[in-house]
Amino acid sequence: MPAVPPRSPYGTGHLRGERTFPEAAHDELGNEQLRRNLGRATHSIRAKRLDVTGELPDWEQLRDAGSAIKTDTMNRLPGLLEQLERKVTEHGGTVHWARDGVEANEIVTRLVRRTGSDEVLKVKSMATQEIGLNEHLASQGIAALETDLAELIVQLADDRPSHILVPAIHRNRDEIREIFLRRIPGVDPALGAAPAELAAAARAYLREKFMTAEVAVSGANFGIAETGTLSVVESEGNGRMCLTLPETLITVMGIEKVLPRFQDLEVFLQLLPRSSTGERMNPYTSLWTGVTPGDGPQEFHLVLLDNGRTAALADTIGREALNCIRCSACLNVCPVYERTGGHAYGSTYPGPIGAVLTPQLAGMHAAKDDPNSSLPYASSLCGACFDACPVKIDIPSLLVELRHQHTEQSKTTAEKLAMTAAAAVMKRPKLFTAAQRTAGLGRVLAGRDGTFSRLPPPFQGWSDSRDTPAPPPQSFRSWFASADGAATMRAAAEEGARHTDDDPQEAQ
Amino acid sequence: MRIALFATCLGDTLFPEAVKSTAVLLARLGHDVVFPPQQTCCGQMHVNTGYQREPVPLVRNFAEQFGDPSIEAVVMPSGSCAGSVRHQHEIVADRYGDAALRAGVATVKTKTYELSEFLVDVLDATDVGAYFPHRVTYHPTCHSLRMLRVGEKPLRLLRAVEGIDLVELPEADACCGFGGTFAVKNAATSSAMLRDKMDHIAGTGAKVCTAGDSSCLMHIGGGLSRIKSGTRTLHLAQILASTRTAPHALTEAAR
Ligand code: SF4
Repeated sequence: MPAVPPRSPYGTGHLRGERTFPEAAHDELGNEQLRRNLGRATHSIRAKRLDVTGELPDWEQLRDAGSAIKTDTMNRLPGLLEQLERKVTEHGGTVHWARDGVEANEIVTRLVRRTGSDEVLKVKSMATQEIGLNEHLASQGIAALETDLAELIVQLADDRPSHILVPAIHRNRDEIREIFLRRIPGVDPALGAAPAELAAAARAYLREKFMTAEVAVSGANFGIAETGTLSVVESEGNGRMCLTLPETLITVMGIEKVLPRFQDLEVFLQLLPRSSTGERMNPYTSLWTGVTPGDGPQEFHLVLLDNGRTAALADTIGREALNCIRCSACLNVCPVYERTGGHAYGSTYPGPIGAVLTPQLAGMHAAKDDPNSSLPYASSLCGACFDACPVKIDIPSLLVELRHQHTEQSKTTAEKLAMTAAAAVMKRPKLFTAAQRTAGLGRVLAGRDGTFSRLPPPFQGWSDSRDTPAPPPQSFRSWFASADGAATMRAAAEEGARHTDDDPQEAQ
Repeated sequence: MRIALFATCLGDTLFPEAVKSTAVLLARLGHDVVFPPQQTCCGQMHVNTGYQREPVPLVRNFAEQFGDPSIEAVVMPSGSCAGSVRHQHEIVADRYGDAALRAGVATVKTKTYELSEFLVDVLDATDVGAYFPHRVTYHPTCHSLRMLRVGEKPLRLLRAVEGIDLVELPEADACCGFGGTFAVKNAATSSAMLRDKMDHIAGTGAKVCTAGDSSCLMHIGGGLSRIKSGTRTLHLAQILASTRTAPHALTEAAR
């Protein structure tokens, strides 16, 4: 068997939190403000999304098309990437291949250094978040400034993004005003908390930077193999400023973002905005192909980032996660995300897709208590994400698959022993019946109302807020086999027979 | 029709009334209800917790017990167990089973139904002659909703119940937070989800919250019991099996 390709190296970038999901979630759950902010935001985006997807008669076919194009892309990824490289080069760009975050960070640093600049503008890019580019640049004496408004808020607050698309979703207006007052130099002290005022303050601050910056780093929503065209989709226009004003543009793109043909954009430019912000179309879609003399950046570099993606691709079941277009619809409908927020996932990719993608990219390290191994369990498997996903990624099944991979890798645990024991009992009907009888005896331990209000570990968390009924004295099977059961069933059958005589249509 | 009842391990042991109601209801509708006594568990808990090797014997037992060609349908009062049989048994059999198991699983899968699907799709019955004069709200469990796509079927059955005051549950399709071992592994998050579900239930003023899965009802019911809410949980089958001549105990008590 060929060796599994390397995952994102342990300890670099932002694909692993410091604590397991249940621990981190516990603290976030205690934050009432966070839950209110999140609840309000996700509910309103959800409603908007349903409206705009509902109005398209061919929405389901679009989803199918999106899913098919992505699956096809993954099936021939190497060839498409080489085609993309060829086309970008033909149009005057330079392509760099980065095996992981460490390599990507070094490449970008080298490219920035060469320009002589110690400042870069950033247009929101998940890939550079994933590899911790800003931190790496800072360590090399290069300041990176986020220009996406929400990303800027997060950066100014020394916070971490908590949503793919709305990184500051966990902040409300008053909090944002506070942050601006503290961190934007020369901001008007009378700044109000109205969205327009806040946007204007950020705009004035950024405008100045746009006019002076020489280098920009962007992400990419799509990279078209057929033409070598890159694309960024955004709401504020700040991205477009970054993409056009500086002399040098460096785009860092995960290798799964490639699309075969220019025409494929037709599908994704419908799927993406409707799924993510609930808009029919996003305000700004920028497309650029290499360099154009005298217009826009005169130097263009494309860094193609693997960082665990080939490893994910090698997993025949898990590779489906690479189809993700980062629309965030699954986050917005997820009841777990809605309660805990994005930080609990400890990764650049939170929510349902994050719970799948993060362990795939960075692995579930063999070390005990690797936070990433708690992610596949951070779901009630309710399936809302599957219904919402514009490219129909079966996230619940992928979570179950990752859980399976995790238990297969882990050594014998108390849980594994319990599962084996339960299976051993349940495969032998006699033992199962005997166990039911023993369970019935458990009644003597129950409280007067026939319930347990306190259960031993590992069930104590459950019993903190739920009573558990004691098993009734008689199981169904023993009732069914009893004289009482037989009599009841006979009576029901007789009533059925009368019923059938009355109305032969009713029951047959 | 000769119907084999799958009690589900949870129903058999902890919630026999829901299974009894299913059995009685199907018999009342004129069918021959059998209970293959060697049945145990569908293995869903194992698969959902990440174990696919361990439940192989359970999947095999299920296929053997219900494979009998004289059984025309396998009916169970659980959307999640029906989902497990229809979607997960194949995964387990493909990975760790032999050809015989794969064949057995494929055969049984096609005749497996959750109760409301069976009543509406197979028997074409929406009015099952039930009588239940109480205010009821219905929680569509996630697996019924999104794995089986039962849609409006349970509601159609409930609407046809005589005397019922059926009230809509706000944000009905939000998960109650059970999710099997999720409620244990992520107890705090699960509790937060449960709290919202209970608030919505309370808002309806319903006396009974019903659903097609005993497991979710155990979760919701356990929460309602803890906060001493006046609302209780009952499986859909228990409402559908309640008649004027044999009313549910809740109705008798109210008299
Ligand atoms: S998994 Fe699907 S719904 Fe979630 S972000 Fe990706 S594309 Fe969107």
